[in-house]
Amino acid sequence: MNILTKWVRSYLPELPVDDRQLAEDLTLRGIAVEGEFVVDGGSRFEMDITTNRVDAMNHYGVAREAAAIYGVALKPLEKCGAAAINPPSQNRDAQHPAKADPFGMTTNEDGFPVQIEARDLCGRFTARVIRGVKVGASTGLVAEYFEALGQKQISAPVDVTNFAWLAMGQPTHAFDLDKIEGGIVVRRARAGERLQLLDGTERTLVGDDLVVADEKKPLALAGVMGGWDSRVTDETKNILIEAAWFDPAAIRASSRRHGLHTDASHRFERGADFAAAALANNLVTRMIVKQCGGDVVGPLVDVVVAEVAAKTVDRAAIRLSVSEVRRHLGATLDGKGISAEVVERFLTALGCTLSPAGDAGVYDVTLPSWRLDLEREIDLIEEVARVFGYDKFANTLPTFTGSVIELAHVEQERAIRETLRALGFSEAISSTFVAAGEAELFGRAKSGWVAMGNPLSAEAGLLRPSLVPGMATLLAHNLHRDVGEVRLFELGTVFTGSTAKVDEAAGLAIGATGGAVATALHGANDGLFYEVKGAIEALLAKFSGTVTFDAREPPAWIEAGRGARALLDGAPVAWFGELSSAEAQRRKLRLTCVLGEVSSALLLKRPLRSPVVRELSRFQAVERDFSFVFPNDVRWESIAAALAGLGIDAMQRASPVEIFRDAKGKAVAAGHYSALVRVVFQSDERTLTDEEIGDWSGSVVRALTELGGTQRV
Amino acid sequence: MLQDVPKAVIESGSLQFFQRRLFLAIPELTDYSESSLDRVFAQLESEFLKRAQSAIDPDAVEALRLEWLGRKQGRLGQMSAVWLKAAPVEAKKSLGVRFNRLKALIEAERGATDEMFGLHDGSTRSLDVSLPGIARRLGVEHPLVKTMAEIVSVFQRMGYSVGLGPEVETDFYNFEALNFPPNHPARDTQDTLVVAEQDGKPLRERLLMRTHTSPVQIRTMLEQAPPVRIVIPGKVHRNDAADATHSPVFHQVEGLCVGTDITFSDLKGTLDHAMKAFFGSAVKTRFFPSFFPFTEPSADVQISCIFCGGKGCRKCKHSGWIELLGCGMVDPAVFEAVNQRRIELGREPVYDTRKVSGFAFGMGVDRIAMMKYGISDIGLLYSGDMRFLGQFG
Repeated sequence: MNILTKWVRSYLPELPVDDRQLAEDLTLRGIAVEGEFVVDGGSRFEMDITTNRVDAMNHYGVAREAAAIYGVALKPLEKCGAAAINPPSQNRDAQHPAKADPFGMTTNEDGFPVQIEARDLCGRFTARVIRGVKVGASTGLVAEYFEALGQKQISAPVDVTNFAWLAMGQPTHAFDLDKIEGGIVVRRARAGERLQLLDGTERTLVGDDLVVADEKKPLALAGVMGGWDSRVTDETKNILIEAAWFDPAAIRASSRRHGLHTDASHRFERGADFAAAALANNLVTRMIVKQCGGDVVGPLVDVVVAEVAAKTVDRAAIRLSVSEVRRHLGATLDGKGISAEVVERFLTALGCTLSPAGDAGVYDVTLPSWRLDLEREIDLIEEVARVFGYDKFANTLPTFTGSVIELAHVEQERAIRETLRALGFSEAISSTFVAAGEAELFGRAKSGWVAMGNPLSAEAGLLRPSLVPGMATLLAHNLHRDVGEVRLFELGTVFTGSTAKVDEAAGLAIGATGGAVATALHGANDGLFYEVKGAIEALLAKFSGTVTFDAREPPAWIEAGRGARALLDGAPVAWFGELSSAEAQRRKLRLTCVLGEVSSALLLKRPLRSPVVRELSRFQAVERDFSFVFPNDVRWESIAAALAGLGIDAMQRASPVEIFRDAKGKAVAAGHYSALVRVVFQSDERTLTDEEIGDWSGSVVRALTELGGTQRV
Repeated sequence: MLQDVPKAVIESGSLQFFQRRLFLAIPELTDYSESSLDRVFAQLESEFLKRAQSAIDPDAVEALRLEWLGRKQGRLGQMSAVWLKAAPVEAKKSLGVRFNRLKALIEAERGATDEMFGLHDGSTRSLDVSLPGIARRLGVEHPLVKTMAEIVSVFQRMGYSVGLGPEVETDFYNFEALNFPPNHPARDTQDTLVVAEQDGKPLRERLLMRTHTSPVQIRTMLEQAPPVRIVIPGKVHRNDAADATHSPVFHQVEGLCVGTDITFSDLKGTLDHAMKAFFGSAVKTRFFPSFFPFTEPSADVQISCIFCGGKGCRKCKHSGWIELLGCGMVDPAVFEAVNQRRIELGREPVYDTRKVSGFAFGMGVDRIAMMKYGISDIGLLYSGDMRFLGQFG
C-alpha cells in the first residue's frame, strides 16, 4: 500500500517532524514504511502493515497513528469533507446512530427504499441519491493524488469512491440509479442466481453469498465486487452511493468461494469501521457533486441493525489494570516500568476512553469503532507497548527454574550421522512427497500410504512411505548433471497408515553411484554394493546386538540377485542393493545405483554398543595363508562356519584376503573361484609350537577340502 | 683367514648352495671366531665407506648399490647365502649380529646418497609436494542440519530442553489452539498442504502438514506444567510455489519460555543474548511491532548486518539490518486453549493467565543458512547436489 505524506499531513496540521523521521517513528511502532520516494510536495511511502491493522491501511489511519505517537491533534473527518449533508433520514447522529430501525424495513418516505433482509450479515447500510451528474474524468485533488500514487483513474464517480477508500479505508460503491428496479434489498443470494461482475466474469451464486439487490435482481456481490450492469458509465445520469458494514466471515467465505480478493473484501473480512459508513457516504457524495455536478436528493438513508451495532461500535468496555500491563511488559530502559500516566496517554491518543473503575490503576476502556482487533485486556497492553516503543524496553533475562530434559535418542542420531559422514556419505534432504507409482514400488503395501488432498504436483500426491525413491531422485539429479560419484544419506520421517490415521517413523536412506573400485576381494562391478554393505556394517556396529546378513525377501526395487538384508539380533533392519534395471531405465540413470533403506526407528530405540576391551596377548601371532579353488556355490559364510566349527581356541580370525575369478576359465576353471584365506593363530597364554600350528593348518586344509575346495600348490 | 680376493670366480659346484656359476664377491670365510668376524666385518665396513665416499655421482651410487645390495651378485646377498648358511650353528648368532649391523650401515648410507642424487633420473626420491594428498573423502554435514543444531545448542546452553513433534498435525494443534479461529484471515498467511479425505471429520481433527513448529508448544504444555523452557527444531511445509527464496518444505526453530513473571523485557534480553551467542557479541538487535495470532504483543526482530556490521551493504539492502525472527508474548488465548484441552484430557488447567506468562519465538533455518553461507537458491538445500554439498566439507 502507498501513502502520500502530504495527504497524511492534511489531517495533521501540527505534525512536528519531517518525512524521514515520520517514517522511522511509524516503523518502530509497527506501521512499517518499507520504502520512501520523493514526490511533488512530499514523499510516497511504501507501507508494510500487518494484516490485523486494516484500520491503518489508509491515509487517515496512518495519520491517527502519528497523532498518537507525537501527541498532536488529528483533524476530525467531518472537517475533511465528511460532515453530514441534509439532515439524516432517521438517525440524528450519523457517526453514532442513536436509534436503529427495529425491523430493518425500508426507511422513511423521503429516503431511498433500503431493506436489510440478511440482518445477521449486514450490520449497516447507507444510501444516497445524486441526480443529474455529468460523468467525466477526475480533476483537482483526486487527479493530483492519484497521479502521485500511481493509482489508475477510471471516471470521476468511480475515482471518488476509490479516493474515499484511500482516505479512510471504507469501501463504497456507486450504482447507476437508473439500472435499479425498485428499492435496495440486502439479502442472501438465491442458489443458482447469476451475476456478471465488474471484472466481466459471470458468477453463479450460492445461498451463502450476500448480495446487494433490487427488487428484481442482484446488483453486486456485497463487500466483494460490484455488478457489471449497474456500474457507472459515461452515460450515467443518476447515482446511488452505497457505504455499508458487512459481516467479516460472510465476506471472507464469498471472497474465497469465488476466488475474488479485492480491496473491499480485504477490509470487510477483517472488520470495517462501523461508524465510517455514513462519513464515507458523505465524503463521496460531496466530492461527486463537486466533480460531476448534480443534486443531492433526499437525506442519507442509514439502516442500522442494532444487534450488530452492539457487537461492534457499541461493544462493552474492557477492564484494564496497570499492574497487568507491568506484569506482562517488564522493565523499561528508564527503570520506571510502564506508569498509569503512560497507559492513559497512549490509549487515549489511540481513540480509547478510559474511565477509572474502582481501584487505582484500574480502568474501564471504551474502544474506538475502527479497532475491531481490540477485544481483550492483552490487546490494550500490546497497544501500550507498541506506542511506547519496543526500543524503550530493557533487555532482561528470566531467572532459571526447572530442569533440562534430554531427548531419548540424541546419541543414536549423532552416531548415525557421524558414522555415515566418516564413511564418505553426505547428508541430504529430499522431498517429503512421492508419486503414487513410487509408493507402490518402494513402499510396503500392507502398511498403507497417505494421499494428499491438495498435492503440490501430480508427482507429489502421497506422503513418502520410504526415503528410497527420494534418494533415487537425488542420485538422478547428480547423474543428470554429470556428477560421476555420489554418496548420500538422508535421515527423515516416513509416513504410513491412511488418511484417517497417519503413522510417522524415522527413516534412513543411503545412496551411492559411481566411483566404485575393485579390491582384492571384489570386482569393479560389485564394488559399489560392497561399499554400501560396508557402510551398513560400520553403522550397525555402532549399536548393540549381533548383525547378520542374508538375501531373503528382497523388496521389489532391488535388482534380482543384487541385494541383501541386514538383521540385528535376527530382526530385519536394513535392505540394500542395486536399483532394479527397469526403475533405473525409467529414471534414465546411466550408472548403477546402490540404494539402502535402514529402519532408523529401530536403531534409535537401541542402545549404542558400549566397547569392552579385551586384554592384548603378549605372545606372537602366527599367520597362515591357504590358497584354495572353490566351486561358485561355496559362499564365504560356509567357509567361515567350517573354520569356526574346528573349535580351535587359538584361531583368532579367518578372513578372505584375495578372491579371483577368471571369466575365460584359464587360470581358474569356469564355475569356480580361487580364494586366499588367511588364518591367524594366537594364544593369550603361551607361544604356540610349530607342531600345533602344523596340526591346525592340517585341520584347516581338511575342512576346506571337505567343503569342495581344492588346495592350490 | 681373510684373503683379499674381491670378485673371484668360483665354480658353482664347489658350493652346494648355488645351482649355477656366479661371481663370488666376498672373501672366503673359514674362521668363525668372534675376533676373526670382527676383523672381517671391520674390513668390509671400511671398504664400503671408502667406496661410498668416492661415489659422487648417480652412476657411481648405482654401481655401489649393485655391488653391495644387488639381488644376484650383491655382496650382502652373497654373505647371507654363503657365510650364514655355511656357518656352524654356534657361530650363526654372532655372525648374524655383525651382518645386520653392516646391512644397516649400508642402507642408511644408501638412503643419504639417494637423497642427495635421487635415484636413476634424479627425481623419484624428491617429493612433488604440490601434488594432492591422499585422503579419505569425508561426508558433509548438511548446512541446514548444522545451522539448526547450532541454534538449538545456543538455547540449550541457556537451559532450554529440546522438543520434537509430528510433521502431520491436526488442525487443533496447528491452528485452533494457537488462536487461529476457523475461517480467520490469519490462516491465509500459511497456505496449508492438507491430507486427503478429511471432510468427514470435525475441523479440529483434520490432518495437515504442519505449517510451523508452533504446535509443539501446545503439545509440550499439555504434557508439562510450568515452568516450560523448550526449543523446537523441525521440518515444516506450506503450499508455496517453489522459487529462489521459497520452498514448500523448510525448517524452523521455535522456542517457548513460560513461567511466573516472564516479561516482554525478558523476551528482548533472551533473544539479544541468543543472537550474540550465535552471530558474535558485536551483533545488535532491534524489535518492531508485528502480528502473529498466537503472541501478543508480537515483534519482528532484526539484527545488525553480520556482513557490514551495520554500515550498509548489498546483503542487508543497504539498511544495516537483517530481519531474522518473529516472537512475542504468548497470547492468553493460547493458554486458555491449553487449559481447556488439559481439562478434556483430565489434567489440571495449570496455565492460569493471571499468574503465568511467557514468550515464544521462531526463526527460519533455511533463511539463516542461506544468509550465512551466501546461498542464493533455496532449492539447492533440497537437491542433494554433490557439487553444492561438497563446498561444506
